Amino acid sequence: MEEMMKNSKKDVTIVCFSGDFDKVVAAFTMATGAAATNRKVTMFFTFWGLNVLKKQQGRAWLGQGILAKAFNFLMGGRKTLPLSRLNFGGISPALMSSMMKKHHVATLPELIEAAHALGIRLLACEMALHILELERSDLIEEVADVVGVATFLNESENGHIIFV
Amino acid sequence: MMNFLDITQETCPMTFVKVKLALAKMDAGQELEVILNGGEPLENVPRSCEEQGYQVLSTEDCGDNKHRLIIRK
Repeated sequence: MEEMMKNSKKDVTIVCFSGDFDKVVAAFTMATGAAATNRKVTMFFTFWGLNVLKKQQGRAWLGQGILAKAFNFLMGGRKTLPLSRLNFGGISPALMSSMMKKHHVATLPELIEAAHALGIRLLACEMALHILELERSDLIEEVADVVGVATFLNESENGHIIFV
Repeated sequence: MMNFLDITQETCPMTFVKVKLALAKMDAGQELEVILNGGEPLENVPRSCEEQGYQVLSTEDCGDNKHRLIIRK
């Protein structure tokens, strides 16, 4: 019976396209909530979302060409994610984090750590990495694999797909 | 052996997350005492534990919207 209940839950795949602070927090909140309530969870990071997975958490000139370096610098890393609205020149994410702490809501680093502890599979988009001239070694160790859209779709065939 | 976890200061999703991770570290047969708030945590934490095959041995109202759960892994 318990096994049946476990199996009746659909897998959840969250596509993290956005690199906005608030949307990334929402994605990790859903992911950790789903994993903690016994769902198999995969997060697929593409484009702006890749900023979350960079080893360099601030701004860094990654890539080879001038354009890639410029884009990677401007896109930044986990610590420079902007708020999708009312970013106020980049100060808002810090203000929002302090409000989250004040109200005992998990901050982004805590959510990412929880995601890892819960065994959530983090996948990086091969195409977006290629465009931005990023290597697997530019990403955090927790990334399980670098995959294309076909693999991502195969893995999420029978589950929910949430696009953030 | 009794393990203890107070999640009254936590909000969703860390309420479930902390309970799940605490249970994951325990051996089968061990018990976990959880202090949680009424409402969403009280509704969903016991259900989530039972779904994982753990046994909710007791639920006790401690007053002040706080509750004590005993879960056996």
